[in-house]
Parts: sequence; C-alpha cells; structure tokens
Amino acid sequence: MTKVSMTVNGKAASGEAEGRTLLSSFLREELGLTGTHVGCDTSQCGACVVHVNGVAVKSCTMLAAEAEGAEVATIEGQAAPDGTLNVIQQAFQDHHGLQCGFCTPGMVMSAAALLKDNPKPSEQEIREYLEGNLCRCTGYHNIVKAILAASGQDASAIAAE
Amino acid sequence: MYNFEFENPSSIAEAVAALAEEEAQALGGGQTLIPTLKQRLAMPSKLVSLAGIAEMKGVSIADGMLTIGGGATHAEVAAEACPPLAALAGQIGDPAVRNRGTIGGSLANNDPAADYPAAMLALKSTIVTNNREIAGDDYFQGLFETALEEGEIITSVRCEIPEGANYQKFVQPASRFALVGVFVAKYADGVRVGVTGASEEGAFRWDEAEVALNSNFSAAALEGLALDAEGMMADIHGSKAYRAHLVGVLTKRAVSAV
Amino acid sequence: MPKDSGIGASPKRREDARFLTGTGNYTDDINLNGQAYVHFLRSDMAHGKLNGVDTSIAAEMPGVVRIFTGVDFEGVGGIPCGWQVTDRHGEVMQEPAHPVLAQGKVRHVGEAIAAVVAETPDQARNAAEAIELDIEELPAVVDMKAALAEGSTKVHDDLTSNLCYDWGFVEENKGAVDEAFANAAHVTTLELVNNRLVANPMEPRVAVGDFNRATGDSTLYTTSQNPHVIRLLMGAFVLGIPEHKLRVIAPDVGGGFGSKIFHYAEEAFCTFAAKAVNRPVKWTSSRSEAFVSDAHGRDHVTKIELALDAANNFTALRTDTHANMGAYLSTFAPSVPTWLHGTLMAGNYRTPLIYVNVKAVFTNTVPVDAYRGAGRPEATFQLERVIDKAARELGVDPIALRRQNFITEFPYATPVAVEYDTGDYNATMDKLEEIADLAGFAARRAESEAKGKLRGLGVNCYIEACGIAPSNLVGQLGARAGLYESATVRVNATGGLVVMTGSHSHGQGHETSFPQVIAEMIGIDESMVEIVHGDTANTPMGMGTYGSRSLAVGGSAMVRATEKIIAKTKKIAAHLMEAAEADIELKDGQFSVAGTDKSVAWGDVTLAAYVPHNYPLEEIEPGLEETAFYDPANFTYPAGAYACEVEVDPDTGKVSIERFAAADDFGNIVNPMIVDGQVHGGLGQGIGQALLEAAVYNDDGQLLSASFMDYAMPRADDLPFYQVDHSCQTPCTHNPLGVKGCGEAGAIGSPPAVVNAVVDALQSAGKDVTHVDMPLSPSRVWAAMQG
Repeated sequence: MTKVSMTVNGKAASGEAEGRTLLSSFLREELGLTGTHVGCDTSQCGACVVHVNGVAVKSCTMLAAEAEGAEVATIEGQAAPDGTLNVIQQAFQDHHGLQCGFCTPGMVMSAAALLKDNPKPSEQEIREYLEGNLCRCTGYHNIVKAILAASGQDASAIAAE
Repeated sequence: MYNFEFENPSSIAEAVAALAEEEAQALGGGQTLIPTLKQRLAMPSKLVSLAGIAEMKGVSIADGMLTIGGGATHAEVAAEACPPLAALAGQIGDPAVRNRGTIGGSLANNDPAADYPAAMLALKSTIVTNNREIAGDDYFQGLFETALEEGEIITSVRCEIPEGANYQKFVQPASRFALVGVFVAKYADGVRVGVTGASEEGAFRWDEAEVALNSNFSAAALEGLALDAEGMMADIHGSKAYRAHLVGVLTKRAVSAV
Repeated sequence: MPKDSGIGASPKRREDARFLTGTGNYTDDINLNGQAYVHFLRSDMAHGKLNGVDTSIAAEMPGVVRIFTGVDFEGVGGIPCGWQVTDRHGEVMQEPAHPVLAQGKVRHVGEAIAAVVAETPDQARNAAEAIELDIEELPAVVDMKAALAEGSTKVHDDLTSNLCYDWGFVEENKGAVDEAFANAAHVTTLELVNNRLVANPMEPRVAVGDFNRATGDSTLYTTSQNPHVIRLLMGAFVLGIPEHKLRVIAPDVGGGFGSKIFHYAEEAFCTFAAKAVNRPVKWTSSRSEAFVSDAHGRDHVTKIELALDAANNFTALRTDTHANMGAYLSTFAPSVPTWLHGTLMAGNYRTPLIYVNVKAVFTNTVPVDAYRGAGRPEATFQLERVIDKAARELGVDPIALRRQNFITEFPYATPVAVEYDTGDYNATMDKLEEIADLAGFAARRAESEAKGKLRGLGVNCYIEACGIAPSNLVGQLGARAGLYESATVRVNATGGLVVMTGSHSHGQGHETSFPQVIAEMIGIDESMVEIVHGDTANTPMGMGTYGSRSLAVGGSAMVRATEKIIAKTKKIAAHLMEAAEADIELKDGQFSVAGTDKSVAWGDVTLAAYVPHNYPLEEIEPGLEETAFYDPANFTYPAGAYACEVEVDPDTGKVSIERFAAADDFGNIVNPMIVDGQVHGGLGQGIGQALLEAAVYNDDGQLLSASFMDYAMPRADDLPFYQVDHSCQTPCTHNPLGVKGCGEAGAIGSPPAVVNAVVDALQSAGKDVTHVDMPLSPSRVWAAMQG
C-alpha cells in the first residue's frame, strides 16, 4: 500500500492504494464517493466516467496511482453546495434523461466534457460523443434531448415527440 | 487483478531501467492493458507508466514529416496530426478512451482490429524506440506480435506526409474496433494501402490494390479486384467472405475520398 | 393545456435529485462492518461430470475465511421454480433440481462450483484460482432440435430426456386448425429465430448477506425487482428461514428488465454464508460474470403458418416453437413460452382458430427466463412477420391486410383463452399513419435511392397482456405464486401520507407518479405523499414490479387503500361537522357538507384521527392507516401500431434506423413524461434485438458474445429520435384507474417493424429476400443480399 493524494472536487483527498487499485475503486471505497459507478469490466459502459485534469476518463480503466497529484472531478461535485443542480443535471431532470440512474453519473460527466469542447453540438455530434456511455433505460432519446437543452438549443423542436 | 508495483519514471532512461526487471511491463494509457489485467490474463510484477515522460509527448509537423510522441494520446493525435491520421485517431474507442490511450501503447499491443496499424503501413512510417528505428513495413509481425524486443519502448512515430490520404473504418458493432479498416495514402512515388481488422495475420498492405492504383488512382481501377477470402478472419460479426468484400468496398471509398 | 399536477401531469421526478448528484443508494454502495467478500469459482466447461473439488491448497491462502462447495448445500433446498406447466398429454413438466453450488455435474459455462469467502475480493479470487477441480468433460447439448433427438446426451441424467414439456394450446382446437389449413385459399409459412438476449441492466447484480446472532435475523440486500418474492422463495424453499426472521431489501436498483425478478443462487449463498461465517458477506457481479450467470431472454426457434381464405381473411394460425430453457429452470421460465406467449397469438386479429405447440428444451446454456416483454415479443414477432410475408405474397398492402382482419368489437374472447376488454386498433393505426408521415415515404425512398441507399418501410401492430391475473386462474395454469399487489397508506396526524407499496421502482419513477394518483384523489399537493418501497420490513407482502404491472396492479391497490382512507375520513368529517356521512364531499383537500357552507380541512380530520378528543371512538378506531391487496380480474391489453423506416447500404449491408414511430393505446395516462420514457427505452431494446444483440453459443457451449466487446449493446448513435404518441386511449374497463401497462410495449412492438422494413428495402432493390433472422447485422444483411 502506498499513499495516493489528489484533489477531488476541489478538495485535497488522499488514501491508501495498492499498485492495482483502480481510480474507480479508490473513489468509491477509499473516499466513499459512490456516485461513480462500475457497470462493466471491458471499458465500454462509461458509468465510471470522471474528469481527470479537465478531461473525461473512464475511472475503471485508470490506476489510482496514475491520478497522483491530479485534479479529479466526480458527479458529487457537480451541483452547487446548496444542492442546486448544474445546467446539465437540471436539463437531465427537466427532460427525463434518466430512469434507473445507474449510467447517469457517467452521462452527466461525459456531457460536461462534450459541452466544454463543443458548446453547441448537433444531435449527431452528441450521439457520437456518447459512444462510450451505455444506457439501457432511455433509448437515449431524452439524454440527447437533455444535452441539446443544456447547450441552450431548442430541444423540443429538434426532438419532437 | 493480481497486484503489481507501480512506477512513474520521468525519463526514457529511467523507464528503460525500470523495465529491465523481469516481469515488468510498460503502461501507456492502459486502455487495453488494464482490462486485460482485470481479466487476470497477464501478471506483471511491475507496471512502468510512460505517462510522465515529457520527451515522449507531442505531435509536430515539419519538412513533410509528421512526428508523434509515443506517449501522445489518441485525442492529441486527433487534434494535432495531419487530417487523415487525425480523423483516424478520432475514431478510436470513445472520447474517454482517447483521452488516455496512446499511439505507442496501441502500436506495441498490435491488436489485429486496431486502427493505427493500417495507417502506419500506408504512411511510410518509422517506429522509433529507445534504441533503434524500425520501418513500419517491418514492424507488424502478426496478431499481437511486433518487432519490439522485451523492454523496448516506442518513443515516437514518424510518418511521411502524403499528398492525400483517407481512412475508412467499418466498425464491429459491439466493440467498435475495426471489423475492417483501410487506409489509402497517395505519394508522389506511389500509392500505399494498409488494411486492418481483416487478415488472420494482422494488418497488411494490399499489394494488388496498390498496383492497380499506381496506374490509375480511382475507385474504378479497383473494379474486379478481390481479396482471397482464405486467410481472412471470421467471427460472429463477419465471415471471411464478408471481410474480404469489405476490404474492397472500403478501399474504393477511401480512394474516392482522397 | 397540460395539467401541472395530479393524474395526467408530468412533474419532474423526485428520484432524479439523488441520481443526478451521485447520492443514490445502490446495493454495491452498501458496505457493512466486518464484511467479507465472496468470489464464485464458475465452470468454464458447458457440461461435465464433477468428480471432485479440492480446496485444500486454496483454504490456506491469505485472507480466506471459508470455502464452500456443493457439499455444504446438501440438505439445503435447491433454487425453486415458480411455475409448473402441464403438457398437452396432461403430464407435468420435468423439473430438475437446481443446486446453489454445483453437485455432481456442471451444466453450463458460468455455473458456480465453489465459493470462497475472504477478507478482500482479490484474496477471494486468488483462492478460487487455487481450487483444483476434477471434471470429466461431457458432450455439450446446445442445439435444441439435436437435444430432442433420440440418443442425445442428457443435461439431467435423472430426467427421461431433454424435453421439459410439450405444450399444446388450445389442444382441443388442433383438429379444427388442421382442417382449416387443409381448406385454406392461401397459406403463408415462415421459419424464424427469436434471438437469445442478455438483459444487461447497467447495474450488475449484487448481494450482501447479513446475520444477527443476537436476534437470529437474516438480512439480504439485493438488486431485485421484487424483494418479497425473493424472501418467500429463498426463505421457504432454499434456506428454511421463516419470513419473520428474514428481511430482504432492494434499495436503489439500476434497471432490471426482467433479469432481476428471479431468485438467484448468489442471493441464497450470501444469506447462508453470512450465518455460517457470522459476518456480512458481499458479492458484486462483474459484467463478465453477469453474461454467464444472469438469466438470458428469448431464444425461440419457430415455424408459423397463417391460413387465409380467398378474401384474405385470416382463417387459422398454427405455430410450432422450440423454446430454450437453458440448463435449469429459472424462476418463471416455464411460463414465458406458454402462458405469456400462446395466449397472445391472436394479436390484434380475428383469427378464429389457433393452435400453438411449444417444446421447452434443456440445453447446456445459461437458464433463460423473462426479459422485457417475455413471451409477448416472441408472439408478436412471428405473427407480425408472417402477416407481412402473407401480404407480400398476396400482393396486398400490409396495412390494409391488417386492418381487414382487426378485431373491432370488444370485449373480444380470443381462441387462445383470453378476453380483450377494450381497444381500438384502427385508431392507433390511423394515428401511426399520421405521426409516421407514411404518405411521405415514397418521397423519402426516392431521396435515399438518389444517395445509393435502399429505403424500406415496416409497419406492424402488437397487443400485449400486462398485469398477469387473476391469482385463482393463474394458479390453475401452474403459477406457484399469487399475482396481486399490495399497498398500505398511512396518513400522518398532520395530513401527510406515506404509501408502502409492494411494487418496486428501478427506473420507472414510482416515487413521482404514484403520489400523483393519491394527490388527485384527495385534492392535496403531491409533495404531501411519500412512497416507500423495496424493503420487506416496511412494506406489505407484494409481488413486485415486472410484466408492466406496477400502475395497473400496484396502483390499483394504492387506490383501494386510499378509498378506504377517504371513507374513514368522511366518517370523521361527518362527526366533526355534525352531518350525515352520505352528505360529505371531499374536494381540493376540503371536506364539505353538501348544500351547506360547512367545511373542514383534510389536515383537521387527520389530526382528529390521531388526537381523538372530539371523535366517535365507539364507532371508529382512531388512527388512519389502511392496507389493500388488489387482485385484478383480468390482464390489461395495451396495443398499438409501429412504423420503422430504414436505410440499407447495399455495399455493406449496414442498416440504419431513419425514422421510428409508435402509436400506443395505454388507456389512461398518469404521467405522460414517464410513459414516453418507458416507450423510448423499450424501443431502444427492441431495435437492439432487431439489429445488434445476440447471445451466441458455439457447439461446445461456450458463449461467444460474453462481454460488451462481442455483445452489441445499442448506443446513442445506433438509434434515432422516436415519434411516440399515446393519445389513443381506450381505458381499461376493470381497474379503478383505467390504466394499462406501458413498460414493455416498445420492446414488444418494435422488432417486427425493423425486420419488415429491411425486407421491404431489400425487395425494393429486386432482391428475393423474404426473411432475415435477427440481429440484422451488416454481415447477415449482406449475405442475404448475395442470395
């Protein structure tokens, strides 16, 4: 075991990790941040997506030791301290972009990374960007709609029901 | 995973020294290696991260030559390399995978369905390691087999920038790896066609197509040209015949798009 | 103007606040003090004689607490099956023992042979790898027809064959059906496969067992759609723990789609082991384990024949299906190809004679059970495909052929033993033609062709049966459980309500939609109603959530309990206002006396119930809490019409979904937003089945698509925006809300639309293709085009 330190959601965090400890395990088990979920073991589902130094990564496919000294952002740090949802979270709620909620943390973190790079993505760009995030509940309809809305685009016109 | 030590050297020399230990293994972005370790299909005693090595970073273009650090991520290649290779890198995995996975890691692994091998064969590449340079044509030696020696690190990759090039990828619907991928590059002295995903022997250059295209660089020149289905891979996603057929379709599309 | 509260409104979901902020409480988020971890050593062989399991080296490995093998479960019950089918000869099905850990034989890849409990997950896995197995490999039984051949290797040596049952329905009709075929003007025949699927909810299964030595109580935290069912099955049939000493908690559950209905061996193991080692025991499935240990779905091989008269009226239908059970009978497996499938073969049509034969077969594969739709997608797929094929053979419009044969008068008793209470199939078809813009298809096809693509249109109908019921009838059909649902409505002194329901929400949004119903009934704000579910200790015995039953059955129980509450509060209000009970009206949270200006608020009445000073104690008990159990009189029958437009790349065979429209009749709608979401999700799964998904075994019984690397899950860029509509509403006639189920419709109705569309596209290019088996992968479509 060695000590691993990083900044998580703006606060210093450290804990014990083995060489093999995954960042997802470190967040969930060592830091108690269980909002980051693990839905597969082949790096495809994306439920574990967090940001490391400002970019989206799959925390189940990164060692905790690789994040030594990094800035890590997880779903727990997205809402304001008083619980007010950020614009993406709010759009997911407004547009019913989640059902069981298991893929949701990864979806929100991927959406945040997309909108940072591409503030007004097209429907097709959103769908392609979500290649690494699986959802089994929504058929993606309302997730894509929510991300369009979060980017300030008129989701109701684009995604008419 | 079995447990291992983790080392994070900051220079190539330190990394090479660390890799001298028996059962030590280099860790690029880990996007293939970590899932492999999770399945307990490998048991390294130590993982040597290449992520902290500044001299292996960066993408640059000078004098008709593209140079990519072995530690450059797919996202960096997608953002900074010449357009055809950037487009290829932008189709690897998914955005989060591209933020971690590196070109050096991908080439060292040489997955038969990876995208880069097709480009490296087409782009007159040189694989630069910590102790030598290997021509791209000599580098790929079958499924997951390369010319790399034990403990050797890909420090950079050089490609001659072609007059025109295009990569066409047809995805395997589950993994989104290439079911077949074809990279066509046109140089003043000839056309090169690199194919990934198709052959039982890994990435290869399609010589017959190159000959045809050298005399007439158009999709029409490929009419009637067919790969032998024997020697193609087959799995639940596509038969030998289907893969052979796709190579033809994608080569034509790549030529048309150059 | 849409409503902003109550029935018909779409309030934002309450659940979302926790799910969007990472503060949900899923089973894997639960860690108990002193917890140990289990790793299951699973068979990598499909079929073998288990001669020995040597744990001596493994037991000495670091961190090992205890290793369990099949021997430890001798004398413990096996995993029970919840439905007994009686075959066409009056014999009950063959029902093999289903051990918690393998005994004597392994029968599928993934079957648990031993379980290591250790201090850490890695230590448990290390030790599991050190267990030495002596297994003599036996030939694997994979193909269903081969499994039934004379002399086939048997999956279960103590059974007479690999045939679980040979079911005929309705057996008495068989002769008349055969005669109708002999007299038919036209017969269309189609052989098809309904591909085996893996449910793959994004949350893998987890179980945490706990035992309190001081009280003797066992607790199981598990990823279940129905904690009470697990408590009953596991307590009564496996471990012998009475319900009052066993608590099952299913907290936030990350999707189920049927696969979390069933009682699994891992649940029984963790509960058993926690007591044996006297500390909590946790198991978290990896996705790789899920592929070989979660029950699979579908896997039917069918021949269907449709007989028509000279005027194109359907005169008879005959089907012959082989249904894969896998190696053991999962909880509700026998019911899926029979009562959930045969009873739906009439579809939306007036076919007077129907005969369904189903042979259920044991193979060396993972057990197969209900997956979103469960039997109804299989029925719909074959029926709607054969009708489409018939229309093409006869050269008539597929929609017109359907309309001509629609059932138009209700109630309608089908020849397959069910009575449709209500419906209007022409209305949903009219709506579909509108929302799908079928009139514009020809122009869109021309645009596609100009791009070198083939465009196809597929249309179909579906009907399904939700909220399987009533209990006394299904008992005669072989169900070993009741199929009611329960609710306890507790009104607090200051007027707020807590509803404890036996239904379970794992994505359906009950915490939001159920309060809408109660708020509407009483005329109070939804925020005054809280829903409690998922814990056997604080909810009445209920059957949980599956089969699109929660609102129709669980919601009805809640309505009945609330009606009792309202009746009692009216008595109290009558007393408070010194009026006759019959004159009391409740509106907008106010009780008033008809024809007077007297009124008293909801909160005053509820307070009186708990502070009964001015209260008729001699006539009414204090307090305000009522329970209802609702056992439906019939199924509900949602129905609809779906349209899919595809483009096919003729060079590669790749199919893309260009448009998809669904016009559904779900009766009354409580929350349109949630209903839309349920349909979207069902469509995603149905299109996934049609285009992408397949659990494929090789001849050795190895699962070739055993991870997301080979099992193609639908992604965002595989799917379009959907046009969905549920404005056609024929309310259910026999439940108090007039509601039908909506959870499975999308998955039931969409696969035939996709396949019909692809066949249409290929035929538009002159290809002689009448069918392609799902999934319509590029390679399959390309191969079909090659002839």
